[in-house]
Amino acid sequence: MSSDQDHLRETDSEKRFEFKKDEASAFRTEKGALDEETIRVISEDKDEPEWMLERRLRALKQFHAMPMPTDWPGQPDLSEVDIAEIVPYIRPDVDVRGGVDDWSELPDDIKDTFDQLGIPEAEKNALSGVGAQYESEVVYQNMQERWEEKGVIFCNMDEAVQEYPELVKEHFMTENVPPSDNKFAALHGAIWSGGSFVYVPEGVTVDMPVQAYFRMNSEGMGQFEHTLIIAEEGSEVHYIEGCSAPQYASFNLHSGGVEVFVGEDAHVQYSTVQNWSKNTYNLNTKRAICEANGTMEWVSGSMGSKATMLYPSTILKGRGATDNHITIAFAGEGQNIDTGAKVYHNAPRTKSTIESKSISKDGGRTNYRGLVHISDGAEHSSTSVECDALMFDNESTSDTMPYMEIEESKVDVAHEATVGKIGDEDVFYLQSRGLDDDDAKQMIVAGFIEPITEELPIEYAVELNRLIELEMEGSLG
Amino acid sequence: MARLQLKNLHAKVAEGGEKILDGVDLEVSSGEIHALMGPNGSGKSTTAKVIAGHPAYEVTEGEVLVHLDEDEFEGMTIPEEKRTWNLLDLEPNERAAVGVFLGFQYPVEIEGVTMVNFLRTALNAKLEERDDLFEEGEAEVEEEEDSGYDTSPMEGNVDEGEVSVSEFQELMAEKMDQLDMDTTFAQRYLNAGFSGGEKKQNEVLQAAILEPSIAVLDEIDSGLDIDRLQDVSKGINALRDEQGAGILQITHYQRILDYVEPDHVHVMLDGKIATSGGPELAERLEDEGYDWVREEAYETA
Repeated sequence: MSSDQDHLRETDSEKRFEFKKDEASAFRTEKGALDEETIRVISEDKDEPEWMLERRLRALKQFHAMPMPTDWPGQPDLSEVDIAEIVPYIRPDVDVRGGVDDWSELPDDIKDTFDQLGIPEAEKNALSGVGAQYESEVVYQNMQERWEEKGVIFCNMDEAVQEYPELVKEHFMTENVPPSDNKFAALHGAIWSGGSFVYVPEGVTVDMPVQAYFRMNSEGMGQFEHTLIIAEEGSEVHYIEGCSAPQYASFNLHSGGVEVFVGEDAHVQYSTVQNWSKNTYNLNTKRAICEANGTMEWVSGSMGSKATMLYPSTILKGRGATDNHITIAFAGEGQNIDTGAKVYHNAPRTKSTIESKSISKDGGRTNYRGLVHISDGAEHSSTSVECDALMFDNESTSDTMPYMEIEESKVDVAHEATVGKIGDEDVFYLQSRGLDDDDAKQMIVAGFIEPITEELPIEYAVELNRLIELEMEGSLG
Repeated sequence: MARLQLKNLHAKVAEGGEKILDGVDLEVSSGEIHALMGPNGSGKSTTAKVIAGHPAYEVTEGEVLVHLDEDEFEGMTIPEEKRTWNLLDLEPNERAAVGVFLGFQYPVEIEGVTMVNFLRTALNAKLEERDDLFEEGEAEVEEEEDSGYDTSPMEGNVDEGEVSVSEFQELMAEKMDQLDMDTTFAQRYLNAGFSGGEKKQNEVLQAAILEPSIAVLDEIDSGLDIDRLQDVSKGINALRDEQGAGILQITHYQRILDYVEPDHVHVMLDGKIATSGGPELAERLEDEGYDWVREEAYETA
């Protein structure tokens, strides 16, 4: 057993979620002041070039012009989301802008928080790099030199704006996730801060996962990190992101943006395990554009939050491009997890698979919302969608809304959905072998999510299983 | 030596209330093989499920007792006052801990849970529960504050438990070898995609690993071809001969009794034992069916 697992075992997870620090920020914007002035202040504080400020201001205008999504069938209730109540930007008290590259230089309170989460331990254990975001800024990152020598870039997004303006200018919220995509993408475009920038040059394989961890620590704040991943032709990278937020009385908003560019013959895996406090609205936009024979893989576990609306999306732009989605959602009391996947087959011989699993308990509500679009001319393309829902009781609900828009006849389309209650017979069988009622249910759920956990590195798999155990015990309030 | 004792057992379907068991009396001791036969709907499977604590049935009258010897479990001395248990007071997992095993007629399939992970977790859970049940009064005080990561998706318990991963792998390989099972079984998901025969063989494997004092095997012979029937029978005989388990073998047919020779045969009709006898009783049933039992039973009644 490796030492990082020992560490994880020793950490009391419940405490980890209650754990929070008194806020010690160097700078924060006024709550509710979401106007041009605020945007200028954020941009100035970051010392941004003019073009980024202009993009922010344009996005802000779009945000104000767009209506809240209210008319989707069965969508989560967003009436409580009041942007005026959100503190959009908090910069923690770290001397070095854009973070420090030595862990020991971090302020103690930030180090303590990450210690509680076990992040440095995971990082120490042979991971290629961790970017850790605390509030709105990335405070720590590190990547092994051998990747740097090959031209791989892994830095925080604010730094990328300064250091790699051409790459960012070309790719940042242009063709992939433009602010006009949806209201929260527009909001994100206006007040985004922090996040990760990953660039992998042609033909380079980064054979260890690149990791980032995001944490919201202050009450009533929003977190709007942006992740931009560019994988050039024939390259390969696995990016992993973990997110969590402690519990507060008022609501938090997380509205991240993720843009992935998968070059010809490139292979990108984006994995995330997110656990938000039960008052967080988690409204993100994530999209990948995949060139010929490229492969995009989304692996995500969505835990926590009051409401989540998240549909990672892939545009299969080049011939022979492939997309795989594996998602898992868990909704307990008072939670509504609305998640799924979107795939656009815009070229021939493209292929996608979506495997979605959801668990609901104590009146929780999960929803699979998916869209597969196969354009006219995308011949010999194939898609397979599989949705499995597991419910603990009669109060919980699970809906499946798979939309298929097929404009081409020479395609192969498969959809399969199963909905089941955790079976008394299954539980009894395991009990008769010696497991108690709780352990039996946990084992069934662990088996149910196994396709996800097997895709993740051990720390994340253990974390995910542990989170689900805690959810099932009801020990996370 | 352990003894399972059913006394005047009455049970009905929990939802709906249909009465199924109407006063069953039966005793099975370690080292004995009992065959419980009878036509469909006579209450055989219900008897098995009630013994194991299935929630679908409600016991309205009677007792299910297990009597244990002082040295029933290796490395443990059982105090006088803890040698008799009424199973009806125990949860299904506690019944497993006092030494009762149920082999299912229709084992469930559970995806994503490997055989090796499942069985090691079950074995350790049983041993732990056994400690809790038989230790004197201290168990509850020692409630752990936070046991941390109990299960890892790769290897089961991070907490090694009483039986470690390597110890268990050895034990499982040995038992599979005895039953002529393919070693790839260990890494397959619990019963998922198993053929009918493989599932039955798997039930016997589980009994071999969990080492019950009393094993109730519910129609373990149904749907087996002759080769598999012989394998399964070999496993059942080994349970008795090598581990000293008492077996309650529920079956429709004489067929399995050619390989697993019962010491006692009981015939169940309308929710009670109508008649009992030796192996010759099973042979007579094979030749003449159940009608004569019914006639005799009603004559005496």
